[in-house]
Amino acid sequence: VGRSIIEIILLGSRVVGRAFAAALREEYAASQQAAKNRQQSSSSSGGDSDQSGTASAISGLSLKEAMQILHVENLEDKSRIQHQYDHLFGVNDRKKGGSFYLQAKVFRAKERIDQEIGQQTVDPTYSQRMPVVQIEKAALCQCLNRKDFTDEEVDELCFEFGLELDEVTSEREMLAKEQGDAKAAQMGDQLSDAVIYKIEVPANRYDLLCVEGLSRALMVFQSLAQPPLYKAVQPAAGMQQMRVAPSTAQIRPYVVCAMLRNLSFTPASYKSFIDLQDKLHQTICRQRSLVAIGTHDFDTLTGPFLYEALPPSDIVFKPLNQTKEFSAVELMQLYSGESHLKAYLPIIRDSPVYPVIKDANGVVLSMPPIINGDHSKITLNTKNVFIEATATDAHKASVVLDTLVCAFSQYCSEQFTVEAVQVNYPDGRASIYPSLAYRQVDIQVDYLRKGVGRSDSQLTIDEICNRLTRMCLVAKATSDATVSVTVPPTRHDVLHPCDVLEDLAIAIGYNNLEMSLPPTLCTGKQQPLNSLTDKLRLEVAFAGFTECLTFALCSEKDISERLRLPLDSLPAVRIANPKTLEFQVARTSLLPGILKTVHSNRSLPLPLKLFEIQDVVYKSTDSSGSAVNSRQLAAVYYGKSSGFELIHGLMDRIMQVLGVPVDQYKLSATEVATYFTGRCANVLYKGSPVGTIGVLHPETLAQFDLTLPASAFVFDVE
Amino acid sequence: MEDLRSNILAYIDKHETCSSTELCKEMNVEHQKIVGALNSILAFGEIISAQPEVTSRLELTDEGRQVADHGSHEAVLFASVPAGDGAPQSELMKSVPNAKIGFSKALANRWIRLDKSAQGGPRVYRQVESVSDRIRHCLQMVAALSLDSLTAEERAELKKRKLVQEGRVTVYRVAKGPAFTLTLAKEETELTAEMLATGVWQTLTFKAYNFKALGQQPDCGHLHPLLKVRAEFRQIFLEMGFQEMPTNRYVESSFWNFDALFQPQQHPARDAHDTFFLTEPAACRLDAEQADGYLARVKAVHSNGGYGSIGYNYDWKESEAQKNILRTHTTAVSARMLYQLAQQPQFQPTKYFSIDRVFRNESLDATHLAEFHQIEGLVADYNLNLCHLMGIIREFFHKLGIRRLRFKPAYNPYTEPSMEIFSYHEGLGKWVEIGNSGVFRPEMLLPMGLPESVSVIAWGLSLERPTMIKYGINNIRDLIGPKVDLKMVSVGPICRLDK
Repeated sequence: VGRSIIEIILLGSRVVGRAFAAALREEYAASQQAAKNRQQSSSSSGGDSDQSGTASAISGLSLKEAMQILHVENLEDKSRIQHQYDHLFGVNDRKKGGSFYLQAKVFRAKERIDQEIGQQTVDPTYSQRMPVVQIEKAALCQCLNRKDFTDEEVDELCFEFGLELDEVTSEREMLAKEQGDAKAAQMGDQLSDAVIYKIEVPANRYDLLCVEGLSRALMVFQSLAQPPLYKAVQPAAGMQQMRVAPSTAQIRPYVVCAMLRNLSFTPASYKSFIDLQDKLHQTICRQRSLVAIGTHDFDTLTGPFLYEALPPSDIVFKPLNQTKEFSAVELMQLYSGESHLKAYLPIIRDSPVYPVIKDANGVVLSMPPIINGDHSKITLNTKNVFIEATATDAHKASVVLDTLVCAFSQYCSEQFTVEAVQVNYPDGRASIYPSLAYRQVDIQVDYLRKGVGRSDSQLTIDEICNRLTRMCLVAKATSDATVSVTVPPTRHDVLHPCDVLEDLAIAIGYNNLEMSLPPTLCTGKQQPLNSLTDKLRLEVAFAGFTECLTFALCSEKDISERLRLPLDSLPAVRIANPKTLEFQVARTSLLPGILKTVHSNRSLPLPLKLFEIQDVVYKSTDSSGSAVNSRQLAAVYYGKSSGFELIHGLMDRIMQVLGVPVDQYKLSATEVATYFTGRCANVLYKGSPVGTIGVLHPETLAQFDLTLPASAFVFDVE
Repeated sequence: MEDLRSNILAYIDKHETCSSTELCKEMNVEHQKIVGALNSILAFGEIISAQPEVTSRLELTDEGRQVADHGSHEAVLFASVPAGDGAPQSELMKSVPNAKIGFSKALANRWIRLDKSAQGGPRVYRQVESVSDRIRHCLQMVAALSLDSLTAEERAELKKRKLVQEGRVTVYRVAKGPAFTLTLAKEETELTAEMLATGVWQTLTFKAYNFKALGQQPDCGHLHPLLKVRAEFRQIFLEMGFQEMPTNRYVESSFWNFDALFQPQQHPARDAHDTFFLTEPAACRLDAEQADGYLARVKAVHSNGGYGSIGYNYDWKESEAQKNILRTHTTAVSARMLYQLAQQPQFQPTKYFSIDRVFRNESLDATHLAEFHQIEGLVADYNLNLCHLMGIIREFFHKLGIRRLRFKPAYNPYTEPSMEIFSYHEGLGKWVEIGNSGVFRPEMLLPMGLPESVSVIAWGLSLERPTMIKYGINNIRDLIGPKVDLKMVSVGPICRLDK
């Protein structure tokens, strides 16, 4: 493990170096090119012929440049492209001291490559990151007692259960995908060709995050096993004790513990144990900020244990996989360059005290949430595992502990049994963990039947109980009208009877339910503003203008400098965490978007007549701390002459179709920097301004790299 | 031209049928012109019939045509040599075109002789009194398509001298048509106002239209494809009796976007990785929500549960709920609408829909933008269940022309049960996810004050995905944003989703 991490780090820094140099070269070349373009356009008459040349020069990256920036050689290797992108995007983050400019380059490069490979369409609506569990086909077949399982059947079973079979692969294929076929071939027999399923599990089912939990849930679902009964026992000789010092309140006040006795790991289960901790850290533990797990070889330690918080310089120990002792101060320095640990450093870095767990002899078990001690590290041969989880959220810590011990207590000599540990808080309170609480919920049968649309005879109480038991929710009828459901400690996702209802529906099979239309009778109704907008869109298109659709987010420069307006004067909504320059503010005008569209379509026959009716956003002027949308209509005419009379004509036409009498609408000359001096007017409706119209200022045009004159108006529809 | 046409008609009248080469000889004009005249007669209707026959034949090269018009190079050279005294060779070479070829051919034909020892340089004399220009004659016959009179040697010689080449020619066999006539009326191209006024249109013949030519493109504006699809979806919702929600509010509080939906404050979706937070205005006031105790009820259900739920057991912070964001889904507006619905004295069953922009601070690729459009529909009524949800989704997708559906259990923080909607994609030959749906959680609805027996079923999908599939677009930047190719906008067909 150690070596491969070092390799990754070395590779990483080299990649950054190359990308950096390439990006700088690119910037230099771009500025040269831009200078050349300016020269050309000023010396030529500005006809159509020289525009396409300018376009290709400004449109940005060539494919080769993009590949250099991301340092990828093969466009087929999509996972590497994504990996490089994520990595470079991350390291150039401004928050991590990176450069916005370089980040933008990385983004552009990815965009260019995506354009080249034309990726398959994926629904962007609800793209939630779902955790993925890898399980060997052989292992799955064995626990489901089905030797002849086909991939299709597994897919079907997953679908019914609410899982998603993401990929059918093998160790060799995965490496080939990540590092190329050559590398995979080189590894030869060290890689297995055994079929591996990658299965996506729902984000709230922490119990399914490991092979053990997933296969057990499927076994129970297939009625091949009964739901296990998990027990926390207090040994006759007395429980292990964990004392919590008051100092932890400053930084990470909670700790929960448990002991797995007489455990026997296999290489596979050992790996799964480590993997599950990692997955829990990434999900419910929120990158260790809420909960951090440490697991230890108990036979190297002596209780009772102490959880305290000390100044960093007072913490000195040999951390995991290091050969010498470091102080906490040195460790923070050491790990700031280590890719997989540095993300956790900010959780405690600025605190005056760091949390630490020690045994009776002062041996450091861990410095959560950063690193464990080397002394108590677990190995394949570890028999007794001491688990501690420190937290800022006591409930989540307990959930994490339950999840971990439930999944792995099956390897203990006494299956599903966990040894309890007592945690003593400074206020005298003592808690015993793991809680492994079974919760009884009484649910009306009628509620369940109505929820799945089945009558008494279609769905008996017995059937309800059977089906719920298959979902690990053991249920018993307590009367004709109620069932008592026992929610096990693996199912912390069950909050309300509606969660039980869902499991019942899954056990019946969603696709076995009888569909019916809701009896709800209502009349359709449009939002008046949207209805008006749609009618206006048609009228403007009838008048010969073509509709654009541009982004609601843009750069500060787009709405200010490029329109020759001071940024301070704009009621712009500003974004705190934009990933690129293009998402700094919400637009206050539709003009920049349309002018950019003109720019990228300059090669089309002239004139270009474009419009857009969409929302712009203004910061509220009152103290509510909110913002409002405003529906705006903007139109641009771009051609050999300014075409002001056409834009003016369109404005007249819009007023005409809006039924505004001629005497209630007029233009009155004004000066707005976006427009050419003396060629700009306010649009007045009943005496108050509702928009501006005019010939665009030559410098506005230049800001958008446009060489021909243009007229425009923006108009407040509301 | 008109003479030629009437001559041709007269000839056909006499001979009933003939070939175009025959006409060529008879009229003594080039074949090309005959073909032109025939075509123009054909345009009048079935006056004659003309069957094309493709044959290969000799045709004149440019040089051959020059020879046919002016005589062979040797004949030209011979003519330039004065009878008797002759002329100096050097002078002839300068003044006569193609003198070099002409000189050697004339010498070979023994038409001329060269005296190399003459005073003042070599001198050329005629050797015969007159010559017959056989080459020119042959070429003229080729031009008139009377190839029969050429011998094989002559053909070979003409070819060798590159005066003729093999070409393909379409010869027409011409015969009388059903409407044969000797007089052709002048054809009109356009029906004019004057013709209508005078009534003369009744006696005129009109030139046939070429319907194969493209028409002139109308000068018109165009609507954007994505918004055409949006209009179609709005139409479907309206047909189904849904009422549109006011979604013109991009900036939303975390409270309405997340907390009101029972989405816990540590949920990953609330990370800066996924959500755009704001610096200006950074946070909003939740005075109205506070005033009637709704805020407190939401806080309670998150931290301690209630309404039959055990809650999430964490320390809910109002400051977190006040943070302004760009809404990550239009469900924030749905929550506001349901809250308003709950404030009415008597609950009214309702169907709502919206289609509008939402924002995600995600990594971007060919199919993901930071902003996209979400389509959402929901029904609030007493005792609605999963079967109703599946039923209305089936109805909705039927209207889109999608018939094979199935449902997969899923997880969504604010719906339970939740279902992903899959449809069978004939092109890909597999099931693909097309939307998400569920029954809103009681922990979301009951704090608002909705009656306990009221359920709200809802589903959502993106507008971009069906549009990209419909218009065959692979990169979302070709559909939205300033890089859109306006040609794509103008050629896009009208949107009929059920077709």
